[in-house]
Amino acid sequence: MPTSPPPTSARPDRPARPDAGSVPAERGPTASPPARGEPPPTPGFVYAPAPESTDHVRLRDRYQLFIGGRFQPPVAGRHRLTINPATEEPLAEVAEADAADVDRAVAAAQRAFASWSRVSGGRRARYLFRLARLVQERSRELAVVESLDGGKPIRESRDVDIPLVAQHLFYHAGWADKLQLAFPGATPRPLGVAGQVIPWNFPLLMLAWKIAPALATGNTVVLKPAETTPLTAMLFAEICQQAELPPGVVNLVTGDGAVGAALVRHPGLAKVAFTGSTAVGKEIQRALAGSGTALTLELGGKAAHVVFDDAPMEQAVEGVVNGIYFNQGHVCCAGSRLLVQESIAEPFLRRLTERVGRLRVGDPLDKNTDVGAINSREQLHRIEALVRSGVDEGARLFQAPCDLPARGFWFPPSLFTEVAPSHRIAREEIFGPVLAVLTFRTAEEAVERANNTRYGLSAGVWTTKGSRILWMADRMRAGVVWANTYNQFDPAAPFGGFRESGFGREGGMAGLGAYVSLR
Amino acid sequence: MTAPSVAKTPKVYLDGAFVRSESGRVYPVGPVNVPRASRKDLREAVRAARAALPGWAHRTAYNRGQVLYRVAEMLEARRSEFITVLGGGRAAGREVTRSLDALVYYAGCADKLAQLGGSVNAVAGPYFTFSVPEPMGVVAVVAPDLPALQGLVEHVAAALCGGNVVVAVVSEGHPLPGLLAAELMATGDVPKGAICLLSGLRSELLPQLGSHRDIDAIDAAGCTEVQRRELELLGADSVKRVFGGQVGTAHRLALASLELKTVWHPVGV
Repeated sequence: MPTSPPPTSARPDRPARPDAGSVPAERGPTASPPARGEPPPTPGFVYAPAPESTDHVRLRDRYQLFIGGRFQPPVAGRHRLTINPATEEPLAEVAEADAADVDRAVAAAQRAFASWSRVSGGRRARYLFRLARLVQERSRELAVVESLDGGKPIRESRDVDIPLVAQHLFYHAGWADKLQLAFPGATPRPLGVAGQVIPWNFPLLMLAWKIAPALATGNTVVLKPAETTPLTAMLFAEICQQAELPPGVVNLVTGDGAVGAALVRHPGLAKVAFTGSTAVGKEIQRALAGSGTALTLELGGKAAHVVFDDAPMEQAVEGVVNGIYFNQGHVCCAGSRLLVQESIAEPFLRRLTERVGRLRVGDPLDKNTDVGAINSREQLHRIEALVRSGVDEGARLFQAPCDLPARGFWFPPSLFTEVAPSHRIAREEIFGPVLAVLTFRTAEEAVERANNTRYGLSAGVWTTKGSRILWMADRMRAGVVWANTYNQFDPAAPFGGFRESGFGREGGMAGLGAYVSLR
Repeated sequence: MTAPSVAKTPKVYLDGAFVRSESGRVYPVGPVNVPRASRKDLREAVRAARAALPGWAHRTAYNRGQVLYRVAEMLEARRSEFITVLGGGRAAGREVTRSLDALVYYAGCADKLAQLGGSVNAVAGPYFTFSVPEPMGVVAVVAPDLPALQGLVEHVAAALCGGNVVVAVVSEGHPLPGLLAAELMATGDVPKGAICLLSGLRSELLPQLGSHRDIDAIDAAGCTEVQRRELELLGADSVKRVFGGQVGTAHRLALASLELKTVWHPVGV
């Protein structure tokens, strides 16, 4: 049964709660940069609400598990509500799987593997191309649901997430009949059933990153979407049905971390792929030790974003803003540590704080929104705790003087100056819209500070000097380096971490290697 | 009556020096007292290797290839000595030949890896995007017990050619060929610290390898399943890459100790 059109009560015209989400610590004297509350210069105009239409979205009241090509209720019959983090209003009920459901899903995937692994590459490609096209056809609906369920601005789900989902499927479709070319001198064979666990920050995009290469190489999958963002995965299940994908090739089990833990430990898997926190990644690596199960991990990060004194100032400010406030900072490769050259630190921070002050925070479905809702109450609390630690440890906090909606989970775009490398906010992944600013004098010092972390997922550098770009790119220990840009993704460009940001690559020819045996 | 021969005392190779274990301990292999490297020896080896990493990783691939070729030259020159230490006979001769083949193969591999493992990526936007394989860093090699020389040489050369530095544990049961190979490295111009060779008991050294946070990856070629499980379990604390066994053809063994870095830059005027 269709639900009523989704509520849009997080519109900026709702009564404001200026302090919502901010930290109750004293803000200290407001020198440069100003602490929160000092309004930016009046823009001279106001934005009218520009809500994305939701009338083409029809969510069901309840979504079941997707096993063997059919929606099936969980054995224990339990469901959980998924809510809109911008309003805290319920969107739908989603099945809560348990170990018995994971068993059923793996069994369905194993049955499907027997035939799917023998389907020719060209035929597998056809299915993936179909999936890509269906995603494109239903892209507006998927974008709206992604923003409703996860809180991200419609501008991002519409222009970034969903187009990349389609592109990932399309890209990998094209590999399915060319695998011999990717592994010269070897015979690539599918591994079997892949168990895949994905996070809540890019729900459908992470699903596509996982499912597309697995299917292209002839594997079948059991995937667990994140607890707080299962809805687009459920729509993808419908798309699998529409595409007439053979039953059991894609299976989806929804639920919390316990379901993921049961899935990755299932003895029926030949491969586990996990995207999420470093702590959980380490647990999975331990759990799989000695099992012979192939494993790839895409974990956390604490990326350095290095700005040299010759960088184009306006572009670099935009790049830094995009680097940390894109998707509310819920990005594993977020540029969460700004390293700005000391000689330009003062003017750069002045422009940066002014720009951050102008970010539009609010209704994810408003097409003018820059920063949406925090994904969950739990995540909001984690962000608040870490920001509090930053204040307690003596860093200076600036927060955008924006009005935050009264309901839902919100945190104002924030940045810390006077940060020491030993502060928690400079070392730990916050996974929220919080930037830690440090300075450096020489390129060598920038590299040393950039690499002073256990992580190694991504890094950014802004300079107009070409030789310096390549020198920095060579020395920064990160799987992805963005030079004079940030947060760019493409299925043809391998993505993945060094060090404790995980191992294995997603995308490109390298990403195929995670799903084949060359024996 | 001939004079008693001058026997060579087996030593570990640590930071470019031939030394006894700091622990002073040995274990017997036949009539020979072999150093039983300690946890502290291992720590020193990792420290030396880490210090050697920037220099080795930033040499040109051409230069690294020539160094490995020089190591092959050293082995060829001392072929008969290695045949003797391997026990003599045709099997030993074949093992030396295969070890030479491996060194020459990886010498010629060093400047091919960027093209074998890297790519220019056709992204859907105005960006130039390329991916290059880079060394993981400090790679620990647990050499197979047999073939004692070839197993060590193959896995060490594969890791070195891509710019990694190596701390290797030589065969426990047959350590002498591996320890002698250190002399090839020393005279073959491998920079000090870039390769450290330890002998000792796996039961003592593997837990240290697995849990050492400054070891980035482990080639567990010579491990039993139980030993490999232990390495993976302990290595998880630092998300260590543990590989070994079947990784495919020879150049893929070199690629196994590399990681891909993707670099983006806008295209515009």
